[in-house]
Amino acid sequence: MANLETNFAGIKSPNPFWLASAPPTNTGYQIMNAFRAGWGGAVWKTLGTPIVNVSSRYSAVSYKNNKLMGLNNIELITDRSLEVNLKEIKEVKEKFPKNALIISMMFETKEEWHDCIIRCEDLGVDGFELNYGCPHGMCERGMGSAVGQNPEVCERITSWVTEKATKPVIVKLTPNVTDISKPALAAQRGGANAVSLINTINSVTGINLTTMEPNPTVAGQSSHGGYCGPAVKPIALNMLAELTNNPNFKLPISGIGGIETWQDATEFFLMGATSVQVCTAVMHYGFRIVTDLISGVSNYLDLNNMKHVTDLKGIAAKKLRKWEELDLNYKVIAHIDPEKCISCQLCYIACEDGAHQSIALLPDSRIPIIKEDTCVGCNLCSLVCPVESCISMVEVKTKKKKLVWANHPANPAHI
Amino acid sequence: MPDNSWLPIPKENIIKERFAKTKPIMTPSEAVVESSRCIFCHDAPCINACPTSIDIPMFIRQIMTKNTTGAAKTIFTQNILGKSCGQVCPTSVLCEGACVYHDLNEKPIDIGRLQAYATESAIDKNIRFFEKGKSTGKKVAIIGAGPAGIACAHELTVLGHEVTIFEANKKPGGLNTYGVAPYKFSNEDASKELKYISEIGFKIKTNSPVKEVKKLEKEFDAIFIGTGLGSSRKINIPGENLKGVFGATEFIHNLRAKELKVSVGKNVIVIGGGNTAIDAAVESSLLGANVTIIYRRSEKEQSAYNFEVEHAKKHNVKFMYLTSPVEILGKGNITGVKCIRNKLKKSEIIPQKGSEFVVSCDMLIKASGQKKMVEFFNSISKIKLGNGKIIVNKDFQTTNPKYFAGGDCINGGKEVVNAVANGRDAAHGIDKFLIKNKRK
Ligand SMILES: Cc1cc2nc3c(=O)[nH]c(=O)nc-3n(C[C@H](O)[C@H](O)[C@H](O)COP(=O)(O)OP(=O)(O)OC[C@H]3O[C@@H](n4cnc5c(N)ncnc54)[C@H](O)[C@@H]3O)c2cc1C
Ligand SMILES: Cc1cc2nc3c(=O)[nH]c(=O)nc-3n(C[C@H](O)[C@H](O)[C@H](O)COP(=O)(O)O)c2cc1C
Ligand code: SF4
Ligand code: SF4
Ligand code: SF4
Repeated sequence: MANLETNFAGIKSPNPFWLASAPPTNTGYQIMNAFRAGWGGAVWKTLGTPIVNVSSRYSAVSYKNNKLMGLNNIELITDRSLEVNLKEIKEVKEKFPKNALIISMMFETKEEWHDCIIRCEDLGVDGFELNYGCPHGMCERGMGSAVGQNPEVCERITSWVTEKATKPVIVKLTPNVTDISKPALAAQRGGANAVSLINTINSVTGINLTTMEPNPTVAGQSSHGGYCGPAVKPIALNMLAELTNNPNFKLPISGIGGIETWQDATEFFLMGATSVQVCTAVMHYGFRIVTDLISGVSNYLDLNNMKHVTDLKGIAAKKLRKWEELDLNYKVIAHIDPEKCISCQLCYIACEDGAHQSIALLPDSRIPIIKEDTCVGCNLCSLVCPVESCISMVEVKTKKKKLVWANHPANPAHI
Repeated sequence: MPDNSWLPIPKENIIKERFAKTKPIMTPSEAVVESSRCIFCHDAPCINACPTSIDIPMFIRQIMTKNTTGAAKTIFTQNILGKSCGQVCPTSVLCEGACVYHDLNEKPIDIGRLQAYATESAIDKNIRFFEKGKSTGKKVAIIGAGPAGIACAHELTVLGHEVTIFEANKKPGGLNTYGVAPYKFSNEDASKELKYISEIGFKIKTNSPVKEVKKLEKEFDAIFIGTGLGSSRKINIPGENLKGVFGATEFIHNLRAKELKVSVGKNVIVIGGGNTAIDAAVESSLLGANVTIIYRRSEKEQSAYNFEVEHAKKHNVKFMYLTSPVEILGKGNITGVKCIRNKLKKSEIIPQKGSEFVVSCDMLIKASGQKKMVEFFNSISKIKLGNGKIIVNKDFQTTNPKYFAGGDCINGGKEVVNAVANGRDAAHGIDKFLIKNKRK
């Protein structure tokens, strides 16, 4: 069986599956249950000067019959005292020395940061994660994403921490920026050993049409929150790729955002992550989903004759290029398998009304026909077809050499 | 037998078509759609309703994530006969009957077919999850290669004991090979599954009925009895020895041994109200017969599952309730059966004098239960029986400490999945007995 042991910037764990800093890591009780279920590591719910939370706190986006496609929260960092948290951290580390225990923190002054680092290191924790990502409540106080959005502040605070900490320091990035490489490079300059991404995205999930109040509601009012869950995975994967492919950025990355299945996790590894963190999926289904993460990734590695989970690292990121580098002479067209087609004609109407009018209907058949001379190979029909592998996109061999935009006759800059 | 009253054996392709699987193996896209309906309940009621406690939500989730290999492992870890159980379990009274979807008035998750899908994939690719444990030097004999014996042998082998199964029949598998309806589980299914399981390394000696246990006792450190039930019960009325009268289990045994190539009478009467009566009736009907089931009580009291009764009706099987046979008629060959109508007073059957009538038929199948192997059990010293069933403790140990037992011979006849659960748990009882709690 393939080896899943992970060394993330010096933090060792039996596998790369960690719990993200969030409600599943609120208490030692939960984290110990998670380790028993098989999680390799956990990032403790962000420590800081005590806050007070509201009720209610979460809202979600359901898509058709699927609950929690996206989850939104207006919760803050830990609402329990530092003393209680430290006592439980000690207990977890004693009982589970082999699992990675990382402490997430968010403070205001240098002294507060230093004090917490010293007290945590005394307990033998494996590393720190700096929460620069929380998009609500904390940033109004000059913490959280307010730090993540300002590279200079990000660098300065990171250096406060790295000058004190002897254990690895991870900077958790907020996605609420236009260019993720700015704060990532600032963290690198500040001496961070790694980054993790993404934290939650600014959001309003919806409005209750009976009361006309935005969700979630607190005594008739609401506040914008942080969005996460399966819906945010594409955004996280893109930001992950931007850092993996940035030649100036050298640190390992812990991938977060919408991971629920082993397939999701594998995609993050292929995009360059060394470990992954999960929050919403555990809030939905509990710790036991880790069984399928472990078995699914191991079986996938075996199937591909790979020995170690790090063999996956970054393979797909290398294939993510600038648009200008893509071959304009490459062409695919849609092909319908009449044996599999159930004659719903969704492909037809999608192409007819929404794309390139390249699917035809014949008078005495309900099975649509692709107009091969006009099909541009956009994929839309294959995306809407309800039958697995009924519409395939088939390459048209053109014998033409690769042609990129810079050399294309239609490019005004081309001579 | 007069030629015109006996049907020719249907052609091979017709047999194939008629005996097609009632629950065919899912296609990959069916499996993905069905598995994504499961909501992954905590402390799932479906698990609690499975006698082998398979982690159903987990294996379904693994199918959903296309981790079919992981799904098969989750199933086999609890139930090494997960393939046959997926196909033969009466799921609507077990796991699927407990699914929370019933509370929403929606179709429950098709757990049996998902289970068959994942396990068949692993068996076809011969992906193996278990190996022979470190040898303990202990030897265990198993009497009977039915589901109980096979499950026990597999678990004992994983635990490191040397196992030999003695089986009376030509082929192993017990009623999976010679009993359950072939439109649920075929001969091919049975032999593929047995090959996959036994490759772990236990011996099966077929054509080896155990008649005398002295020799076994000398050679082996412990013995597991998984002999199931005996032959069909007599109905004790005149004419039972006429030609054309069969016991249901013998009829079905012959049907499966001859790969369905058997001839049946044009008009068949089946006596009984249980699932075996239904199976024999449907099988006769699929071979072309005109079939009537005669049962002494009413529809409400019959022990056959509802879905089985519906299945029989779909195959044009007619039911005659509140009727008992009193005499089988004929000279040499059966020509009919004389019956009497009954009334029920609470649970007491009161035959109605003067209501006798004759139904003509060419074949009669008795499905009023199976005998227990009392004589064989009594030949083993110190084994206590209750109602013909072997009495065991929670470790499946009999009153003779060297003997353990499980399956139909201790429960009087339940399902394959109960036999598997017993066999597996008995293996741990035997392990405890053999190495005196020395395992940590
Ligand atoms: C007609 C019929 C249909 C059924 N359909 C279903 C179904 O659809 N689903 C379901 O879940 N269950 C079904 N069952 C019940 C199920 O088959 C049994 O509960 C199950 O097979 C019991 O397993 P077992 O190992 O205890 O016994 P068996 O399967 O009966 O196996 C016992 C084995 O021991 C052998 N044996 C007996 N005595 C000796 C001896 N002295 N020496 C050597 N070998 C010996 C026998 O030859 C046999 O192979 C059906 C039963 C019948 C009769
Ligand atoms: C209710 C809730 C509370 C959270 N609290 C924190 C927190 O205290 N610190 C932190 O760094 N991230 C926090 N997060 C963000 C998560 O750690 C994670 O980055 C985000 O949810 C994306 O992962 P997911 O899609 O797996 O949920 C919180 C998320 C949720 C849903
Ligand atoms: S999930 Fe628990 S804490 Fe939250 S509202 Fe429901 S019962 Fe209360
Ligand atoms: S969408 Fe797919 S199934 Fe429907 S008509 Fe088109 S090809 Fe056929
Ligand atoms: S009860 Fe039904 S929905 Fe719930 S876990 Fe079991 S199969 Fe899935």
